[in-house]
Amino acid sequence: MKNPLDSLWGTVLCGLVLTAVLYYLARAMMAGG
Amino acid sequence: MSWEFIHYGLGRWLHILSGVMWVGLLYYFNFVQVDALKRANAETPPAGAAITKHIVPSALFWFRWAAVATWVMGAFLLGDKLNQALLFRETAYVPIGIGAWLGTIMLFNVWVLIWPNQKRLLGLVAASEEEKAKARRVAFLASRTNVMLSIPMIFFMSSSGLFHYPVFAG
Repeated sequence: MKNPLDSLWGTVLCGLVLTAVLYYLARAMMAGG
Repeated sequence: MSWEFIHYGLGRWLHILSGVMWVGLLYYFNFVQVDALKRANAETPPAGAAITKHIVPSALFWFRWAAVATWVMGAFLLGDKLNQALLFRETAYVPIGIGAWLGTIMLFNVWVLIWPNQKRLLGLVAASEEEKAKARRVAFLASRTNVMLSIPMIFFMSSSGLFHYPVFAG
């Protein structure tokens, strides 16, 4: 499998997915606090 | 001049100024230089040497020190709340805590993975061709990792603070 970081747009896409994941994680942590 | 002005006015200003330089140069490397260097070195005769000799060392100098300045000014801004943010001890500091962790990982990548390997590639540290090939790959992947991390990092930095609480509570 090709490393998505080898492609610039693969890198950007990974960044956007990570943003969404961390956003929902932050919301869950704040709701639990 | 009040402490509040120094802390939140000058501190935030310097944090953002140095952050723009750091991430700006990171994007220059990844969005411009990688492909440009590949094209320049594919020419006959190869034309990439001038970029490597005159642009890369200077860009890397400002890149790595801007990274330090950004982190230091970020820690200064958080002040006695640095602990709460990094350890997620207070709900309101969760978003900035995530941003601070992403920035810290990025700083680690700059000084531990990118710069030492770039020194081998620039000839500042002796390295065989095999070591240079490995150094090129590690520096490249660490740099791309930082581009990936910068995307959520900027989101959390720009949406943190009580003023933006509805972003996470909505």
